[in-house]
Amino acid sequence: MMHSLLLSLRGIGAHVIDGVWRLGLAMRFFSMTLLHSGQSFRRFHLIIREIFSSGVLSLIIILVSGLFVGMVLGLQGYETLRTYGSEEALGILVALSLVRELGPVVAALLFASRAGSAITAEIGLMKATEQLAAMEMMAVDPIARVVAPRFWGAVISMPILAALFSAMGILGGYLVGVMLIGIDSGAFWSQMQAAVDFREDILNGVLKSFVFGIAVTVIALFEGYDAPPTAEGVSRATTRTVVTSSLAILGLDFILTAFMFRGV
Amino acid sequence: MQRATLDLWVGIFVVAGIAALLFLALKVGNMSGFDSATSYMVKAEFDNIGGLKPRAPIKSAGVVVGRVSNIGFDAKTYAATVSMKIDSRYRFPKDTGASIMTSGLLGEQYIALEAGGDSKMLAEGDTLKLTQSAVVLENLIGQFLAGKADGEAKSTGPAKAEKGI
Amino acid sequence: MPAVTYIPSPVSDNLIEIRDLSFAYRERPVLKDINLTARRGQVIAIMGISGGGKTTLLRLIGGALRPTTGVLKVDGVDMSRLDQDGLYRLRRRMGMLFQFGALFTDLSVFDNVAFPLREHTDLPEEMIRDLVLMKLNAVGLRGAHELMPAELSGGMARRVALARAIALEPSLILYDEPFAGLDPISLGVTGNLIRRLTDTLGVTSIVVTHDIQESLRMVDYVYFVSAGVIAAQGTPDQLRASVEPFVHQFVHGQEEGPVPFHYPAQPYADELELAA
Repeated sequence: MMHSLLLSLRGIGAHVIDGVWRLGLAMRFFSMTLLHSGQSFRRFHLIIREIFSSGVLSLIIILVSGLFVGMVLGLQGYETLRTYGSEEALGILVALSLVRELGPVVAALLFASRAGSAITAEIGLMKATEQLAAMEMMAVDPIARVVAPRFWGAVISMPILAALFSAMGILGGYLVGVMLIGIDSGAFWSQMQAAVDFREDILNGVLKSFVFGIAVTVIALFEGYDAPPTAEGVSRATTRTVVTSSLAILGLDFILTAFMFRGV
Repeated sequence: MQRATLDLWVGIFVVAGIAALLFLALKVGNMSGFDSATSYMVKAEFDNIGGLKPRAPIKSAGVVVGRVSNIGFDAKTYAATVSMKIDSRYRFPKDTGASIMTSGLLGEQYIALEAGGDSKMLAEGDTLKLTQSAVVLENLIGQFLAGKADGEAKSTGPAKAEKGI
Repeated sequence: MPAVTYIPSPVSDNLIEIRDLSFAYRERPVLKDINLTARRGQVIAIMGISGGGKTTLLRLIGGALRPTTGVLKVDGVDMSRLDQDGLYRLRRRMGMLFQFGALFTDLSVFDNVAFPLREHTDLPEEMIRDLVLMKLNAVGLRGAHELMPAELSGGMARRVALARAIALEPSLILYDEPFAGLDPISLGVTGNLIRRLTDTLGVTSIVVTHDIQESLRMVDYVYFVSAGVIAAQGTPDQLRASVEPFVHQFVHGQEEGPVPFHYPAQPYADELELAA
């Protein structure tokens, strides 16, 4: 009894130490990436290529999901607001929930599972097939040539995707609220405009998505770079990217929200 | 994929992102451009601000002309000091009065400006002299009940006297 | 110890000199007291059984690992004293062929071969095109320059990787298992190619392999690495005639010898509980 307790305690300890160790490695990896970013900005087409693969290729899932999330918000919000006789506030509800929370968070979650997992798998495979080692033997630093452009490409893409998600969601809410249910279009927009502040709500939302973009991308790149060079190792790393970055997004969202909207 | 096609797609993507952000800024939000460049700051002291919060609107004749930027407490006069940013397009006379009002019965509170007749206009850093505090609902109810009790005492008093006769 | 940068010294006849080199991975010793030299223009084979430390030796020569003790000189430069810049400068004069080619899967054959040229030179695009086609022609794959790596067979991929390794005209080429998993024709083609490139480009080639027959046919000198030490060495003719049990077992591919077929275990009968 005592013995098994000791064993499980030791297990927890080992997990914590391992976690802290990996966090430190990831931080060192992140600073190495930043340090070696100069070259990728001088050769901007490398970044453009990565904006394409993480941004443009995520466009469909972001736009469609945004539209549906907005439409669902429209339906559910209308049902709730009707009981208080304030259907016109639907615009406020849809817009504030999207630009403050759902836009950045859901877009980042989708981004983690679409682009983040792709980055991990790609880098993990490059490592497993010795492409990174080959690059190093050719006197080309893989962090500067492979990692840094992917980092910047994804970090630039994320706020754009989040803004598109929010815009599509608001259009979805408009479709359901105004076109389908018949709320007055003028009231929908003007109430929304009176309640949504550009700096407090929209820019803070953009800032959130920027932070999420950095977190997801660093996790995805690190997991790929750190993956055991086998098929199994890469597939495990891909799963870990989605799980870890989803948790990181939600945790960071709480912290950011607490700081940004505390006084309001 | 060809470099040119790639560039085109990324270009479309970035333009779409900027368009979305513009849509959010102009159509969804109020691009409340009360920057220090296009607005001026005035102060007002209130005995009680009730539930007024930073960013609350400042209205004149029902039109939003500015926002509350900061609320402080003056330890000497025991009054609340409210800083207001007012759009520089709107100038008000020096003797303009400020009162804290509530939109609807239980809605959010705002500051209403009542323009005076002075020929001099308010400038950056001026303080409004004429202020009227927020109406606190509890006080109102208290006054109402007290008034009612008084009224009852007045109306029942003579009746009793009559009865006594 | 001050870091030195790479200065080529063409005076020495030996491109690679390894003296009393030992290497331990964490606490586990992998290589002990290795002595090895490679002259310019030679093809040297490093042979041995799997897991014997020969790939580790290759990674040490490539500078991916650092020796624990001993001296490793490439082109007269002590590898253990190089900093990152010096190592990278030295590596521009090295080419390495990885076991399965390690081609960049997202680049075409042409762009793969052009990669080191684009990274390390400012040549105009027309000149890069000419150089790439010349290198591809040398490995017989000029016609395949538009294909993607996924469309190539194993042997073709390795030849493209070879073209990429020689793109910067190195003075040393390292081959990690170049014959693994090739059909007999591709195997012969690759072997001849290594020999021909070594002779025409005047480079030194280090081949890590366990393909004894192909190696004895084309190399100049062989080192046998077994259990972390150099167990035998010599020219192909000397090795064919060797009566040393280890070399004999290896050259003739026999099952029993100094290298046992069975992994160490308790007696067979005990394990199956037949004794009782």
